[in-house]
Amino acid sequence: MIRAKTWAYGWLLLLPAATLLALFTHYPAAATLWHSFFSTPKSARAAAYVGIDNYQQLVVDPIFWQALSNNLWFAAGTIPLSIMLALLMAVWVNGKIAGRGFLRLAYFTPTVMPMIAVANIWLFFYTPEYGLLEQISGALGLPAHNWLGSKSTALACLMAVTVWKEAGFFMIFYLAALQQMSPHLAEAAAIEGASRWYLFRRVTFPLLMPTTLFVLVNAVINAFRLVDHIVVMTRGGPDNATSLLLYYIYEIGFRFWDSAYAAALTIVLLTLLALVAIGQFWFLERKVHYQ
Amino acid sequence: MSILAYETKGIGRGLETAAAWLLGALWILPLAYALWTAFHPGEFSTPLVLSAPLTLETFVRAWHAAPFARYFANTVLLCTMILAAQLVLCTLAAYAFARFEFPGRNLLFALVLVQLMIMPDVLIVENYRTMGALGLRDTILAIGLPYMASAFGIFLLRQTFKSVPKELDEAARVEGCTPLQVLWKVYVPLARPVYIAYALVSVSYHWNNFLWPLIITNSVESRPLTVGLQVFSATDQGIDWSIITAATLLTTAPLLIAFLLFQRQFVQSFMRAGIK
Repeated sequence: MIRAKTWAYGWLLLLPAATLLALFTHYPAAATLWHSFFSTPKSARAAAYVGIDNYQQLVVDPIFWQALSNNLWFAAGTIPLSIMLALLMAVWVNGKIAGRGFLRLAYFTPTVMPMIAVANIWLFFYTPEYGLLEQISGALGLPAHNWLGSKSTALACLMAVTVWKEAGFFMIFYLAALQQMSPHLAEAAAIEGASRWYLFRRVTFPLLMPTTLFVLVNAVINAFRLVDHIVVMTRGGPDNATSLLLYYIYEIGFRFWDSAYAAALTIVLLTLLALVAIGQFWFLERKVHYQ
Repeated sequence: MSILAYETKGIGRGLETAAAWLLGALWILPLAYALWTAFHPGEFSTPLVLSAPLTLETFVRAWHAAPFARYFANTVLLCTMILAAQLVLCTLAAYAFARFEFPGRNLLFALVLVQLMIMPDVLIVENYRTMGALGLRDTILAIGLPYMASAFGIFLLRQTFKSVPKELDEAARVEGCTPLQVLWKVYVPLARPVYIAYALVSVSYHWNNFLWPLIITNSVESRPLTVGLQVFSATDQGIDWSIITAATLLTTAPLLIAFLLFQRQFVQSFMRAGIK
């Protein structure tokens, strides 16, 4: 009797959160899969079952492949760089460096600013003719270049904004981990005559592994989730050179109103995220034993 | 012998400090530049003239150029609503996971953690459909609903509640407290720093959130600041940069000022939220 009461209590406590989670996370994930096998309802006719038509369309859609490859390049370009910078920043502001307070502030500032505000400012940096970047390169006698307007540089420009935005955020987690680390480790290493680099490579970095994993997973999710700056800076252009997966879903779903095709695209994104999750668990099982 | 053995000396130290400062300058540059542009009349945005007169007029003009007062009210309402709901829902769920035995607990917890990977941000198409079915499109409630049950919040509070000594719980029960009274009198007060950390992270996330509000809102009455700023800078202003940066700073100001004032707490809170 008592046990049944505890069960009921537990379930009741869970009920409000579970309802909302089911309604806005689990149901939409399942419904996306379901709707990806139907056509988009138009005013005249209802949605009809079309089998894997939407996925066949996806396979032959060059813009989808471009958005996917853009996204993978975007991830490859932003994730390692922002994590390395974050670690470097954390090591610096953890030590006794001149102006430590200011540096912490400077590194962390991008995190509290909305991506959309940040993108507005960076947009001005990249503006042709009178943007800051053009003024600097002009003063150095370099030829004029339309940074966001040319296919070769637009994606790299967006990557720069993302690295700038994320590195400071990740720094916080490294800083927290470094501050919890015992000073005896460095003392012991010093007694053994280990170099500073050796200490970092063989002691500090391995001990930071759980933090790195946490940061890495967040970075991967963000690489597929954060598209605010694309809406502001390039709208996926020029010629889809900066279209990322989620931005393409947004465009298909809310500018062309093709919800069925957008559902099929969402399934691709969800699959990618699921792979990240599985990879994380696999990695956790095997590699990280330090906690 | 101490950690000081690894303080770099001489030229190495100088180089490192210089590199750190270069990076710091690069990181503060956009904000510094925005401040400079916003406090000077439009014609001085380019080229940089150090003697340009200071002005506050850009802010006044930006403020009157769009219904920013309404956008501010919307964002404040949105953040408050989400946070209040999150605190209640996550506290109850975390308490259940931390201190109650019931069938399906582990499965349900795994289902909660799914949201850490599949965030509402990527389920825009279906959630838009759901909001239509609920008749909630273009409301502030619709912006907030998908975020109210937060897996991150549940996880964080569950870890915290689990670290509360069981003896305190039992003592309160012996005194005759119901489980909800125990939660309110024992667990919640002990988890205060975690609540503060979570609140800061949540408010800065939703103050800055953009894509979902952009999709689900369609009018001045429901638009938050980020969407309002985008509508404003994309349509009305052409290329008057000083006005746009002034508006940008206006929308960021409350968070930025709060951050400058409570820098230490902010950073510590983010750190606390990140430590598992």
